[in-house]
Amino acid sequence: MVARMLRRPLVAGLAIAFAFAAQSARADINVGVTLSATGPAASLGIPEKNTFDLVPTTIGGQKINWIVLDDGSDTTKAVQNAKKLVAENKVDVIVGSTITPASLAMIDTAVEAETPMISMAASARIVDPGNPKTRWIFKTPQSDSLMADAIAVSMKANGVQTMGYIGFADAYGDGWLAEIKRSAQTAGIRVIAEEKYNRNDTSVTGQVLKIVAAKPDAVLVGAAGTPGATPQKELVSRGYKGRIYQTHGVANPDFLRVVGKDGSGTLLPVGPMLVYEQLPDSNPVKKVAADYINKYEARFGTRSTFGGHAWDAYLLLNAAIPEALKRAQPGSKEFRAALRDALEKANVVATHGVYVMTPNDHNGLDNRARTMVRIDNDKWVVSR
Amino acid sequence: MDLPIVALLAQDGITNGAIYALLALALVLVFAVTRVIWVPSGEFLAYGTLTLAGLQLGKASGIAGLLAGMAVVAGAMEAWRSIGDGEARRLPARLALWTGLPLAIAAALYFIAPLQPPFFVQILLALTAVTALGPLLYRIAFQPVAEASVLVLLIVAVAVHFALVGLGLWFFGAEGSRTPPFTSASFELGGVTVSGQSVLVVATSIALIFALALFFNRTLYGRALRATAVNRVGARLAGISPGFAGTLTFTLGALMCAFCGVLIGPITTVYYDSGFLISLKGFVGAIFGGLVTYPAAAAGSLLVGVLESFSSFWASAFKEVIVFTLIIPVLLWLSLTTQHHEEDE
Repeated sequence: MVARMLRRPLVAGLAIAFAFAAQSARADINVGVTLSATGPAASLGIPEKNTFDLVPTTIGGQKINWIVLDDGSDTTKAVQNAKKLVAENKVDVIVGSTITPASLAMIDTAVEAETPMISMAASARIVDPGNPKTRWIFKTPQSDSLMADAIAVSMKANGVQTMGYIGFADAYGDGWLAEIKRSAQTAGIRVIAEEKYNRNDTSVTGQVLKIVAAKPDAVLVGAAGTPGATPQKELVSRGYKGRIYQTHGVANPDFLRVVGKDGSGTLLPVGPMLVYEQLPDSNPVKKVAADYINKYEARFGTRSTFGGHAWDAYLLLNAAIPEALKRAQPGSKEFRAALRDALEKANVVATHGVYVMTPNDHNGLDNRARTMVRIDNDKWVVSR
Repeated sequence: MDLPIVALLAQDGITNGAIYALLALALVLVFAVTRVIWVPSGEFLAYGTLTLAGLQLGKASGIAGLLAGMAVVAGAMEAWRSIGDGEARRLPARLALWTGLPLAIAAALYFIAPLQPPFFVQILLALTAVTALGPLLYRIAFQPVAEASVLVLLIVAVAVHFALVGLGLWFFGAEGSRTPPFTSASFELGGVTVSGQSVLVVATSIALIFALALFFNRTLYGRALRATAVNRVGARLAGISPGFAGTLTFTLGALMCAFCGVLIGPITTVYYDSGFLISLKGFVGAIFGGLVTYPAAAAGSLLVGVLESFSSFWASAFKEVIVFTLIIPVLLWLSLTTQHHEEDE
């Protein structure tokens, strides 16, 4: 009885408290970030997390609250984070997550809440223009297809006619296999061996023996981070003499440390920021990348292209938020819609290239977002 | 698939199998004496490799800090116990063992690491440091609940596993490491190239297994552990302290796993979270022996290694599925052939 008498005033009080909370938060813009600072994708998520320590706390004179959560590379946790950001923090935009499966799973939450989302994961499926839900979704990293084309072009230029593929037995490896098959076909290259391995495998001897037996002119390793070194070292120790290609997923100093001298001569496409010093001054990316990398390296040590994806997400918001502020107040449904519209019209020079967003392309990157590099004495050297 | 390929796959499988066998033996040993399903064994392996890789770069502060921290906690627990039992007189000796010794190892690690000692000294340091974690872990996490049911011990083990993985990420970072090979020699054997590294791994595994067999059959401490494994209460009545048996077991287990880590370092890239999957394969091997028989566990582990190697050639996408499916017929066979008796708790 007492409980019943108390219930109504309690509910009313809570409602008023929430109303006040919402009212006081209206002045600021809330940006919710979920990324993978722990778990298997930690080597990608940690530089992203570091980068969000560097971003300014005001954009266009408006205070920005960056709310950064860790999803442990776990899809379920990423969706929980997205729901929490939308429901509790009332965010105006979601940034995240680090990896493709988590980002794909978060799409529904973002769309239901009519909140724009900027993913830091690679797959082109995240912003598939054929899916009406992706109206609300953007992403900063280069799509696999863009990078796969670069590899096929380089292979053709080097006279490669047949290739083998060894990649992760997960969405990353499968995605790359599909893309490289398409690009290779366009370039007239045949894929004659396809093998899978896991990130934590202690040995890839079986797979590599099968590839070497097929005698391809080149081998592409579809892996991210230091695990990419495992098949590469095995190929070298089995006396494979053809060219070895890697994906941009391995473009970090740890890969160079682990692969050591067995990495020499390996070719891979990367975002231009990794080798910005070697770019001509006429390249607009050079100045933006130098600015970010100087800030990052002063505090956290060696640069990471994954941190660049996070910084690019900030640069997109930096361009879009002032536009959206002209149309609506932060915290409202109208502001989120205005922000989405502004992101779709963004034309931003960033660390990984130049983003020219259109309703049909929510990634907006073109050939300016890729550079072929060769590993030469533990250094990345711009190549063909 | 021709003969050289078969030979190479077999060589690869046996090399990995030898490492799984050592892990399986450590699992069987720990389970037999303490009834703990030693889930964190893989972390000791990963710590072994990563500590050695860190020493190569002149860094060991993370693991030294962990040792020091655990030494302080273990010392506090000993002090509490000694005062509670009215044995304050014995406290200095206990503190010297539980706090002084690990602190000395941590200090040695911390001060020797930047000097970049020779490779052999680095290996000894890494082994000592990771081995010292074993008894400390037993003292802190398992000894207070030593009489609990197998299930409780398993849950504690899982908790310890997660704690060690998290600490590993913190100390060693998210990226993996490799250590330089012990030897780059290789030789021809009947038209097949055999790498010196593989021979070394298999030979040291066999040597270690024999050393353990000698220890258990010929020494007093080894026999005490065997007695505890056969009958805990009986062993206690005969004057073998269960706390001592547990500590010794965890020291041995940690040493074996750290040794695996040193062996596996030049073969593959090890990550802070690599250990679990590797120890799981050792576990599949150990299941062959029903978690009690050493030779069956070793044979099972070799089978796991060879099966893994060949399935990675034939169907690389289903490799793990094939390896872990192996456990089902084995369990079925075990459940049909062994008499089950409930543990009296």
